[in-house]
Parts: sequence; structure tokens; C-alpha cells
Amino acid sequence: MHISDKDCLMSYYREEDLARFAEIGKYKPELFQKFMDWYLACQEEGSLGKREKALIGLAVAQVLQCPYCIDAYSQACLESGSNLEQMTEAMHLAAAIRGGAALIHGIQAHNIVEKLSM
Amino acid sequence: MQNAFAQHLAKHELRLEAQQVDTLQINLGKVCNQACKHCHVDAGPNRKEMMSQETAVEVVNVLTKWAIPHLDITGGAPELNPSFRYLVTSAVSLGVKVTVRHNLTVMFEPGFESLPEFFARNQVEIVSSLPYFIAEQTDAQRGSGVFERSLKALKRLNEVGYGQADNEHLALHLVYNPVGAFLPPAQAAIEADFKREMFNRYGIVFNRLYVITNMPINRFLGYLRRSGNEARYRHRLVEAFNPNTVQYLMCRNLISVGWDGRLYDCDFNQMLDIPLNDPAITSLKHFNAERLKRREIATGDHCFGCTAGSGSSCGGTLTDNNK
Repeated sequence: MHISDKDCLMSYYREEDLARFAEIGKYKPELFQKFMDWYLACQEEGSLGKREKALIGLAVAQVLQCPYCIDAYSQACLESGSNLEQMTEAMHLAAAIRGGAALIHGIQAHNIVEKLSM
Repeated sequence: MQNAFAQHLAKHELRLEAQQVDTLQINLGKVCNQACKHCHVDAGPNRKEMMSQETAVEVVNVLTKWAIPHLDITGGAPELNPSFRYLVTSAVSLGVKVTVRHNLTVMFEPGFESLPEFFARNQVEIVSSLPYFIAEQTDAQRGSGVFERSLKALKRLNEVGYGQADNEHLALHLVYNPVGAFLPPAQAAIEADFKREMFNRYGIVFNRLYVITNMPINRFLGYLRRSGNEARYRHRLVEAFNPNTVQYLMCRNLISVGWDGRLYDCDFNQMLDIPLNDPAITSLKHFNAERLKRREIATGDHCFGCTAGSGSSCGGTLTDNNK
């Protein structure tokens, strides 16, 4: 049977694996517990509200290109009252920062060209 | 064997006990001028089920005999029932608070143009669904063009005095249902958004926004199945179970009456045809408030819809309202 690139990718990223996240704790439970305590504490409302945190989570998830995080934080955004316009604004900002971060490295090229040029 | 919800209650050492009946919620029938995608009644223009005048008289007799303080009228579009105005005026004359679950657009059906004035004259509390303050989401759930007609109806209600902060007698509350397979946001947060956007965009005012979780039954269940979201949504409801909501569940203080006069613990049980646990009380004819407040409430897996997150009821979220 021919397996396409898409099928290969899908076999790595299966939706149902998101609910299996806790299995990571099987071999080093104390480390996983420390991570979970930290992760869950970060989700609590503090100076930032749930909606702001969900939008930050979505923006980070998008630039990390993690399908599990994008899934979880898209739902979190909807459940904290954001709409698709607001979510898209957050994703544009994250993508623009990522683009800017790439572009600023152009200065490195300028510096090298300057160094090598007469 | 207990259903999963009853097992969950037992695991949390919780009991769902009935209390005094404060609200009689009557379903006047399944006839509606709309056919919304999330409707748990499966109501629509082609349905025929309708409460008879004889049953409407029994409703008034029960209100009189048992001095129930609140009548909550729903459907379908309850205004389409010929006994609708009789029920409202009879209840009001008894001093009963009347709430009507009004879909807004029905006031543009021929012969129903004077509904806003009728509501105002009887100081009816109005509760109306408006899934979002943007047309795209509202029309996706309630049908093409519903948003524009809903805005027009809300303006009519504002004109006769509804929705003003300084007039508690003409209360207009909106209802937010998620447009999809996810839980609603915190009521207070989205109410502030709705109030700001409805006023700034359309010049419309209202009193409260109720957020209500979509029940995985009937038409919404059909959507969940067609979209491949059923397992995920059911898991989300169970995962979000909030034990603090149980004490505030509406079934503890409410009896639901079907269009044919049969009694249920809530409107959802009615739609699933889950009868009261007391076989001696099946319809309005046998109504006994003393006995009903000692009944064991019938539950099912759909009850997770009322206990997820901040909880859900016909009056919005449970824990935010009762803190």
C-alpha cells in the first residue's frame, strides 16, 4: 500500500494522542508532576484573565506549529469568549514577530558582506 | 445500573434532591417559525404538536391551587399557540411572574405585530436567544436573515421600554449558546462584550446575558454526529464536571410540563421522554407540589450539560450567579 506524505504526517500527529499526554509521566512521574504543577499554575487567572491567556497560548502554539497545542488553545479561546477575528489578530502578531525575528538576522548578512567587502 | 451522571454524583458524594416547586415551565408546543440547528426541541414550521386550551386551563388551575410564583413559557415559539395570551394574562392576574422564551422574529409573523405592547402591558420577562453580536455566527445557528430580523425586533422591544437598566419591570435578557461543539465562556466576561457591542454597533440595550451550554440531544446531537464531534464534546462535558453546580441545578425547583400536560423534571428530560420517577404523578391532572418536592429526580448522561464549567440552566450559569 502506498503511504503518502500526508498519511505519514497523520500517523505522527493523531488527535486522540492529546488525551494521552499524562502517559508521558509513566517513566519519570516526579518530573512530569513538577511540569504539570507549573503548567496548571500558569493557566490560573492572575493579573491576566483567562481570555488573554488563551490568546497568548494560541499565538505561541501557532509559531511553535504544535497541532496539539493549536487544538487545545483554539478551543480554550472559544470557551473564553474570543471570536475568530480576535484569534486571527493574535496569530498575525505572533507570526509577524516570528517574521521580524527572521528578518533582523538579515543584519548578520549585512555585517558579513560589509566585513568581506572592500 | 446507574447512569454515568448518577455514578459521578455518587463518586463526589453528592445528592440531587428536589426542593419546593418555584417554577412551572410549560412547553406550549413544537411549532416554530424558525428551525435552529441547536434546538433541543426539534421545533420547526412543520411540527404539529400544540398544547390544547383544556390543558392550558389545567396549567392555570395548578398555578392557582399551589401558589407557584413563577410561570416560564417556552416552545417552539409559544406565541403561536392560540392559548398563549390567555395563559399570560391569567397568570399575571394571579400575581405570578411570567417569563416568555421569545425567539424575536415571531413578532413579524402576520397577526403577531402587537406582541411587544402585549408583553409590556403584562410586564412579561423576555428571554431571547442571540448566539452572537455578529450576523455570521447567529445566522449559522438560527437561519439566514435571522440576525437582521432579531435586531429589528430588539429595537421594537427597546422602543416599548424593554432592556433599560432603570426599569426592572420590563426585563429583556439575551441568551448566548456556543455556535459549535465547545463550552460557553464565563457569563460575566461575555455579557460585558455583548452589552458594549450591541450598543455601539446597533444602539440596542438589554439587561442580562445568560450563557447556556448546548445539550447533546436531538438536533444538536445530530450536528455533533455529522461533524465528528460527539465523542469529543461528551468527553469535554464530563471532564468539566463542576460539583459546586449540583446544589443550584434548576431541576431541584422546577417542574416541566409538556404540550400534552405530562410532567418532567426538566425540559431536556421532556424531550428525551424521561418521565418523573413518581408513577403516581404523570400529568397536570395529578399535580401535587407537596409530593413533588420529595421526588427523586430522574437523571441521564445529558445532565453533564448542566454541570460542566460554571453550570448551565434556563437562567444562565449556576455558580457565577450564586456566588
